Amino acid sequence: MQKEALSKGFIYLLLILGSILMLLPFVWMISTSLKLPNEVMIMPPKWIPSDIQWSNYIEAWFSAPFAIYSVNSVIVLISSTIGELITTILAAYAFSRINFYGRELIFSVLLGTMMVPGEVLLIPNFVTLSNLGWIDHYQALIVPWLASIFSIFLLRQFFFSIPKELSFAAKIDGCSDFRFLWSVMVPLAKPALITIAILKAIGSWNAFLWPLIVTSSEEMRTLPVGLISFSTDAGTRYELLMAASSMIILPMIILFIVLQKYIIEGVARAGIKG
Amino acid sequence: MKIQLKDITMRFDHTTAVDHLNVTIEEGKLVSLLGPSGCGKSTTLYMLAGLYRPSEGELYFGERLVNKIEPENREIGMVFQNYALYPHLTVLKNIMFPLKMAKVPKKEAEARAKEMAALVQIDHLLDRKPSQLSGGQQQRVAIARALVKKPKLLLLDEPLSNLDARLRLEMREEIRRIQQEVGITTIFVTHDQEEAMSISDHVLLMKDGRMQQYSAPQDMYDYPKNKFVAQFLGNPPINIFPAKLSDDLQTIVLQDTRETLQLEAPISDPAAMNGDYELGIRPEDFYIETDSVKAGLKVETIRVERIGRDNLLNAKLGQINLRAIISPDVKINKGDMITLGIRPGRARLFDSSSGHNLLH
Repeated sequence: MQKEALSKGFIYLLLILGSILMLLPFVWMISTSLKLPNEVMIMPPKWIPSDIQWSNYIEAWFSAPFAIYSVNSVIVLISSTIGELITTILAAYAFSRINFYGRELIFSVLLGTMMVPGEVLLIPNFVTLSNLGWIDHYQALIVPWLASIFSIFLLRQFFFSIPKELSFAAKIDGCSDFRFLWSVMVPLAKPALITIAILKAIGSWNAFLWPLIVTSSEEMRTLPVGLISFSTDAGTRYELLMAASSMIILPMIILFIVLQKYIIEGVARAGIKG
Repeated sequence: MKIQLKDITMRFDHTTAVDHLNVTIEEGKLVSLLGPSGCGKSTTLYMLAGLYRPSEGELYFGERLVNKIEPENREIGMVFQNYALYPHLTVLKNIMFPLKMAKVPKKEAEARAKEMAALVQIDHLLDRKPSQLSGGQQQRVAIARALVKKPKLLLLDEPLSNLDARLRLEMREEIRRIQQEVGITTIFVTHDQEEAMSISDHVLLMKDGRMQQYSAPQDMYDYPKNKFVAQFLGNPPINIFPAKLSDDLQTIVLQDTRETLQLEAPISDPAAMNGDYELGIRPEDFYIETDSVKAGLKVETIRVERIGRDNLLNAKLGQINLRAIISPDVKINKGDMITLGIRPGRARLFDSSSGHNLLH
């Protein structure tokens, strides 16, 4: 009994330490976003600003066209998430349920591409897109992200856990492959699909380097790219940068809190780390 | 619907799962496909369902050749071992699913699904999800779903093996009741001989992809075509003793103890004289012979177990162990020498090399 309490206490201690470690940057971000410019860099650091500056948020919002950036971010997020879900569902079904020659080999090759660091692909992808004339268009922000091997892998594992007899039964009931996929497999895979969608949404919302490279005009930029407008030759306005960052991550935090049950379930059921 | 299998063969890579199967199943009958695991019984069922395509042979449903007909066009219903219910749909929606696929108007589909649910006695559970049902109830839903399209052939793949012993008995009777009420031709795969014997009109016993015997259950038990059939059916299993045949073709000589046994009639084939044989006697065909003048086998008692109504005698004939079911009122102790008689006409004689039964 005592031993159990002790080990429980130890686990909680670890979890508390871990969450403090994870939360510190957020706390620091919010604290900085409310400071006066002269308090941002002082030593020793001040956790609580002496004079809370809510006006930083207003100033930050109006110092760049964040309304346009938001619309762009939302468009990119929704279209690339839906697109990725569709390609993932179709590919995972093919790789788990349809027997075709070379299936395992092709899948291994696809998995192998996960080893290639994203930075390596920046230049070839950029060249391809500029040949297509897509630079500084929505296509450039969306199309390269319409498929994810990791998502396919995650969903494929989930599809494997659905018994084969179910598809036999559906076949006898007169249900086509395509219909079976959408009316049986997809509803069953809901937790995995929500996980994939959330991971995708977060990734898309936070993407910085790629949108920076493929967009040049103000009208095409997304929120994270907009943040660079606080760094100028004259220096960086950290309090405004942090205020803008706090506003930008808010939707993702809300999304995560609302759907965290599914994220954990989806990743745990697929038996792999996200 | 009358089902005919003509020279049906199924090969996977290098193994032959089903080897030239020839069977005719009459309309409205319940036939069990019985055999040890890996004998090809499930493969046969999957070929009937159209989920596998036979490598060779012809499959007829009525007059129609169905080799190349897709499962949904074969007018069949199927129940799987794990029930394969759609977990995200309610019981009613599960039963309606095949009708929805066939584009039956929703109202009619619902009425037919409810009618089917009433037949299998689950009409009080229509709004539940499969995970909220017991194994037996899930089984009933699966049967209702298989029957709702009014198929002409019902296929059941080991439908009872996931249930506990009591429920299995109940569902066995239920399946028989539903089958007879609907009058549908039914094929039932099982590895449980008792299940096959109790439920079926005919049993098809398979081994290594080949048909061993196809007959009514009691005939199969009483007149096994070969040693495998005799050994597969019956619990405790049949006793087997190596034997020779003497010159008169009517006297069996046990190899071990040289004891002899008279057949009712001589074996007709004179060439049989020189072969090696095996004598098979079921445990219930022995009785204790008290008249010392009469013929019988002298055995040494090893153990007597009381099992329910009967006593099971474990004894030794020479070096061979045998089992006999005997009346409980005879007192026998370990080490006693007793004489076991054999009920007339109940001995079987198998050819050692081919396994064929020579007496029937």
